[in-house]
Amino acid sequence: MMFKVSPTIGRSLRQQLLDLGSSTRLFLQLLARSPAALLRFSLVREQVYFLGNRSLSLIGVSGLFVGFVLALQGYYTLQRYGSAEAVGLLVALSLVRELGPVVAALLFAGRAGTSLTAEIGLMKAGEQLTAMEMMAVDPLTRVLAPRFWGGFIAMPLLAALFSAIGIIGGWLVAVPLIGIDAGAFWSQMQGGVDVWADVGNGVVKSLVFGVTVTFVALLQGYACKPTPDGVAQATTRTVVMSSLAVLALDFVLTAMMFSI
Amino acid sequence: MQASRHDAWVGFFVLLGGAALLFLALKAGNLLSLNFDETYQVTAKFDNIGGLKSRAAVKSAGVVIGRVESITFDDKSFQAKVVMKLYKNVAFPKDSSAKILTAGLLGEQYIGLEAGADEKNLAAGDNISQTQSAVVLENLIGQFLYNKAADSGTPAGGAKP
Repeated sequence: MMFKVSPTIGRSLRQQLLDLGSSTRLFLQLLARSPAALLRFSLVREQVYFLGNRSLSLIGVSGLFVGFVLALQGYYTLQRYGSAEAVGLLVALSLVRELGPVVAALLFAGRAGTSLTAEIGLMKAGEQLTAMEMMAVDPLTRVLAPRFWGGFIAMPLLAALFSAIGIIGGWLVAVPLIGIDAGAFWSQMQGGVDVWADVGNGVVKSLVFGVTVTFVALLQGYACKPTPDGVAQATTRTVVMSSLAVLALDFVLTAMMFSI
Repeated sequence: MQASRHDAWVGFFVLLGGAALLFLALKAGNLLSLNFDETYQVTAKFDNIGGLKSRAAVKSAGVVIGRVESITFDDKSFQAKVVMKLYKNVAFPKDSSAKILTAGLLGEQYIGLEAGADEKNLAAGDNISQTQSAVVLENLIGQFLYNKAADSGTPAGGAKP
C-alpha cells in the first residue's frame, strides 16, 4: 500500500538498499581476492607508484603550507596568553591527530581517487573488463584488488609525510621567521605528543581513510554507467562521496579515540 | 619490463614514508626518552585529587622524576588511589610526602614529592602515607566565606572556632 501511495520514496529507498548491498558485496569480494592479488606483488607495487609517488609533490607542498599557516595562526593566538613557545605543540598535535590524516585523505581523493575511477570507468566503457572475463581473467583480482592494496599502502605513508613536512613547515615559520626559541619549540612538542595515543591513532585514522577513499573510488568506477557521461558523473561522485565519508568517519574515530 | 623502472621509486617512496613516521615518533613524540627509562611503582592515597590526570608529571624540586600511571577510586577508604612510576635512578626515603600541586595559576596539576628523613628508601610497590590533597577552588572560597561569616557573626570576645 505504502509503495502505491509514494512510489518515488519507495523506489529510491529500494535503490539505496540495493546500492548498499552491492557495495558491501564488492568489498567482501575484494577482500576474498586479496591473497591472490598480494601474491602478484608487482601489480600492487605498480599501483603504489601511481597512487603514492605521483601524489608526493602535492602532499609535500600542501603539508608545508598547512604547517606555515598553522604556526602563524597559532602564534597569533598563543602570544596573547604569553605562551608562544607552545606553538610547536599546537602544530604537532593538530597535524598528527587531525589535519595530517584528513587533509591528506581529501587530497588523495582528489589526486588519486579520481584517476582510479576514471581509469576503471573507461576500462568498463571500453569493454576491457568484459574482455578480461572472456579470457577467464578475473577483473577483480587483476584490476581492482591491486589498486585497493596500493591505496591501502600509499595512504598512511602520505599522511605521515604530510604531518612530518607540516611540522618542519611550522618550525620554519616559528623558529627562523618569528624567532621562538628552538629548544622550547621542540621540548614543548615532545612533552605533549604521545607516541601511541597521538601518532599511533593518527596512523590508524589514515589507514581507515585509505581504505575508504580507495574503495569508494573503485566502487564508483566499477559501478558507473559505461558511457562518457557516466564516467564523468562517477568521477565527481568519487570526490563528493569520499570527502564526505572521510569527514564523517573522522568525527566518529576522533570521538572513539580521543574522548576522555 | 616496465615495472622494474618504477621499483626503485616505490622503494624510495616507502622509505620516505617510513622516515616520516620515524621523525614523528622520535622528534615529535620523543619515543626514545619514553621507553628507555626504567621505573618502579609506588602508590599514594589522596582525599581529593582535583584535576590530576594519568600521565601527569611527578616532580621533586621542579624536576620531573616520574609519571602518574593510573588513578582509581578505593571504595574501602573512599580515597583516590594514585599509582605512579618513578625513574629507577632516583631513590626517595620511605617517609617522603606527596602533594598535588598546580603549575601556574590555572595550569596542569602534578604530584610534588618531598623527601623525608627515613634511612630506608621507597621500594617497588610501597605506599606513600603522607599525602596532601589538591586545593579545590570551591572549597577555598567556601572556607573563606565561612570564616568571614564567623568573624562578623560573633561579637568581640566570642569563642573563636
